Amino acid sequence: MANRMDKVFHTTGITKVYRTGEVEVHALRGVDAELYAGEFTVLLGASGSGKSTLLNILGGLDHATAGEAWFRDMELTAMSERELTRYRRDHVGFVFQFYNLVPSLTARENVALVTEIAKQPMKPEEALERVGLTHRLDHFPAEMSGGEQQRVAIARAIAKRPEVLLCDEPTGALDSRTGVQVLDALERINAELGTSTIVITHNAGIRAMAHRVVHFADGNIAEVTTNDTRVAASEIVW
Amino acid sequence: MRALDRKLFRDIRRLWAQSLAIAAVLSVGVMIMVMAFGTQRSLTETRDTFYDRARFADIWSQAARAPKTLVEEIAAIPGVARVEPRISQYAVMDLPDMDDPAMAQILSIPASGEPAMNALIVKEGRLPGFGRRDEVVVNEAFALAHDYGPGDALSVTLNGQKRDVRIVGVVLSPEFIYTIGPGSIMPDDERFGILWMAEDVLAAAFNLSGAFNSVTLSVTRGTDLAPVKDALETLLKPYGGTGPYDREQQISNAFLDGELEQLDVMARIVPPIFLVVSAFLVNMVLGRLIQLEREQIGLLKALGYSTGEIAAHYLKLSLGIGALGVALGWLMGLIASQAMASVYVEYFHFPYLVFVQRPSVYVIGAAAGLIAALAGALMAVRRVVGLSPAVAMSPPAPTRFRRGLFDRLIRVFRPEQPTMMIMRAIGRWPLRAALTSFGISISAAIIVAGLFMFDSFDELLDVAFVQANRQDAILEFALERPEEVLDAIEDLPGILVAEGSLSIPARLHHGHYTRTIGIEAARPDNDLVRVFDGDDRVEVAPEHGIVLAKRLAGHLDVGVGDMVEIEFLQEGDTRYRVPVTGTVAQFFGLSAYMDLETASRLLGQAPRVTLSNVVIDDAQRADLFEAVKASPAISGITYMSEVREGFDETIAESAGITLTIYTFMAALIAIGVVYNSARIQLSERARELASLRILGFTRGEVSYILLGELFILTLVAIPVGLVMGYGMAAAMVESFKSDLYALPLIVTDTTYWRAAGVVAGATVVSALIVRRRIDRMDLVAVMKTRE
Ligand SMILES: Nc1ncnc2c1ncn2[C@@H]1O[C@H](COP(=O)(O)OP(=O)(O)OP(=O)(O)O)[C@@H](O)[C@H]1O
Ligand SMILES: [Mg+2]
Repeated sequence: MANRMDKVFHTTGITKVYRTGEVEVHALRGVDAELYAGEFTVLLGASGSGKSTLLNILGGLDHATAGEAWFRDMELTAMSERELTRYRRDHVGFVFQFYNLVPSLTARENVALVTEIAKQPMKPEEALERVGLTHRLDHFPAEMSGGEQQRVAIARAIAKRPEVLLCDEPTGALDSRTGVQVLDALERINAELGTSTIVITHNAGIRAMAHRVVHFADGNIAEVTTNDTRVAASEIVW
Repeated sequence: MRALDRKLFRDIRRLWAQSLAIAAVLSVGVMIMVMAFGTQRSLTETRDTFYDRARFADIWSQAARAPKTLVEEIAAIPGVARVEPRISQYAVMDLPDMDDPAMAQILSIPASGEPAMNALIVKEGRLPGFGRRDEVVVNEAFALAHDYGPGDALSVTLNGQKRDVRIVGVVLSPEFIYTIGPGSIMPDDERFGILWMAEDVLAAAFNLSGAFNSVTLSVTRGTDLAPVKDALETLLKPYGGTGPYDREQQISNAFLDGELEQLDVMARIVPPIFLVVSAFLVNMVLGRLIQLEREQIGLLKALGYSTGEIAAHYLKLSLGIGALGVALGWLMGLIASQAMASVYVEYFHFPYLVFVQRPSVYVIGAAAGLIAALAGALMAVRRVVGLSPAVAMSPPAPTRFRRGLFDRLIRVFRPEQPTMMIMRAIGRWPLRAALTSFGISISAAIIVAGLFMFDSFDELLDVAFVQANRQDAILEFALERPEEVLDAIEDLPGILVAEGSLSIPARLHHGHYTRTIGIEAARPDNDLVRVFDGDDRVEVAPEHGIVLAKRLAGHLDVGVGDMVEIEFLQEGDTRYRVPVTGTVAQFFGLSAYMDLETASRLLGQAPRVTLSNVVIDDAQRADLFEAVKASPAISGITYMSEVREGFDETIAESAGITLTIYTFMAALIAIGVVYNSARIQLSERARELASLRILGFTRGEVSYILLGELFILTLVAIPVGLVMGYGMAAAMVESFKSDLYALPLIVTDTTYWRAAGVVAGATVVSALIVRRRIDRMDLVAVMKTRE
């Protein structure tokens, strides 16, 4: 297991500019960030402040306009499309707000989608057990609630035993009770597997369960705080 | 099974109707390829083996009467391997099972007991013995038509002598794989048979002892035929030679070649149409599927699947469709090949026609089918490659609608909102609308191209049997006769009118172009057989010059007013210059027409005739037949009504099948295109349509928005398709043109309406199927999905 104070990600001067027609949108304005191995990090910030953009770059889904982003000793910003694919396949797990399950595959098969191409995956059943879904193995997405679907998505993300788990508003579409179940699953995975976890959220309450909270404002990091004592997911309400 | 492959199977199952519609179109292409190539190869191979084993001759020539001493000289022509003199005559037969006369071509079998070339394959019995005056063998088709076998008797008039003969054998000959009587345009095995008799018997009957009137040659491999033919012509000229010809002009072989050529055209032209349409459909459906699955694609990329793996996934889907189409195509091709085989067995008489199912044909068909499906998919999948995962996962920007040409139309017509939506949709995706419309028009074109032939046949029959040929029967003379013979003909019982005509084998020259043909010379006041200019149906008189069939004029590169040179084959080398006084559309053969007076003057002889066109009194048909049998001068009689009946029957037989097949193929394409477009539109616009329903639009109104577009596209497609069909028909007429026949290019309104009807019908059927889906749309479910 990685040392707690090892850096998983660090970036220097990450800039992202979107051009739509004549309009330029500066989504990120020279972000310098450091994120640590095994930590549960929460990204907070107003809508449009650039959280998703940063997460996408860290996850190898998008390219930065300028600056450097490193995953351990790999420079993400210098990698080709093929190398980024390799990187995602081997190191990263994603969870999205809208679950993004393949509708024509069952829960088990959605997880198998990942385990089949991973190096040292856990069994799909094991991954689903970790999110408390043993009883929904053969259900199609349409036959599950939003919370269940999101937990399948988490199972799918962790099944390959990724080093980092990137979650963009995983509870955004869920009510508080279901949201807690999802957060609980994330927390346990972080604790049991030591997976570095980054969670974007609009819900300030969630910050209480983080090791580290990164505040975003206007395309840059405004403040980074750490929690000395963390609150368990089950105790959070919103 | 891999999870991604599971998705594949579920996708195919979900899209089964669309997949099936595409596979069906694809399968027709594969079927025709398998069938046409397979049949063509089997036929070619069977023919080649047959020719080889039966030692099919290379060169033929007829003469009036040549001494056998000439044979050695012919054999001495460089390159000649074998020479066989023989006797060939036409004769009238009296059959026990038929009231009307039948015609026979009688050929001699040499004293050696077996022909050296054009060997006979004995199917039953044996060949006639030397000196056996009453023994004949007959061709199998004739025997089958009358249920004759060894032991059966018939009588034949040899040089005016009626002789009772006995069938001792039934044979097949490489010269008569396709049997067609003189003056006929379709095989009629009941009224035309081939008889073989011992040479000495025929020589005695036709006063040809020590002589021959027909000769066959074979040459050593690689010999150039032209100089051999020239030398042979020179040798035979003093003995009434009618000009040598080779396999290309040998009737049976020429028809067989024509058939093979048609199969080849079919295999090369038709399947690509179906393959391209199915590639287009695969592209359309897959393109849409990929659009819908943008997010899933982005997700797969986020999960670490490479672009190649994702592309492979969708290519596999198209291969699944392709495989289904190939399987269907193979099956139908197998069945169609058998059906074709049975048709060929009826018209072409081979000793064996084994339809070996050649694996290579199936492999080629499969490859073509799969490549078409893949090509369609590749174009659609290319777009996946470009998407970055982050972009793929965010929903596509709403389609931007522009003001354009259609908006101007809209402003003029001020249509209701739904109509406006239809017009904007067409204006927004003009390429897609155009392709869809084009796909539909192909189906209309296929019907026109498939059915115009019957219009052409009708025209051809009208010209051949009503306008141009008004005689009841043709009497043929064994030799040229003085024109006065017509008086004797008119005296025969039942003959009301008799007109004469002289066939002169000749060669026409113009510059370096040369053609050997038959000139028909007749009196200008003859009324029974007229020469027409096909375009405006004006009778054309040769006057002091010569009238040429249009195709012949084309071959010689001459027009009206130009001079051509005539060389009569039965005469010396003299060439006579005459003007071309007209050209006529002629559907069968390549003929030229002259005034009998002019021709006789050039030939330096009193007018003679080789046949007589007659009008007869039906009541006295039996008496006429008796008289014909007793007349040594008459070697044959052909009733026009029977020729026409045979033609009508053959056409009627194939008309039903052809109509069904082409309608089926066209409907498949139309349904494939329309159904798939409608389904795609439905999936693309489900939210929009559901919102309208929620706003209070009725099912009918909503269906109108979706299906109205397709109706407009169909409406545009039909006239375009009809024009394309006419173009295809013209191309077909051009490619089928040969020295033997040419089809007039006629497309009637009925055919156009039929094509329009089938396409419109297919559109309505597809629309109704999709309409049911619109009616059953689950509004809540549609609105809940995120897009
Ligand atoms: N594809 C794009 N094209 C143009 N601008 C974009 C694009 N994606 C994001 N942006 C812009 O970049 C900025 C940052 O977007 P980002 O999605 O990172 O914000 P966010 O912090 O995740 O917001 P939210 O909390 O609403 O998800 C926004 O102003 C957004 O409009
Ligand atoms: Mg965001």
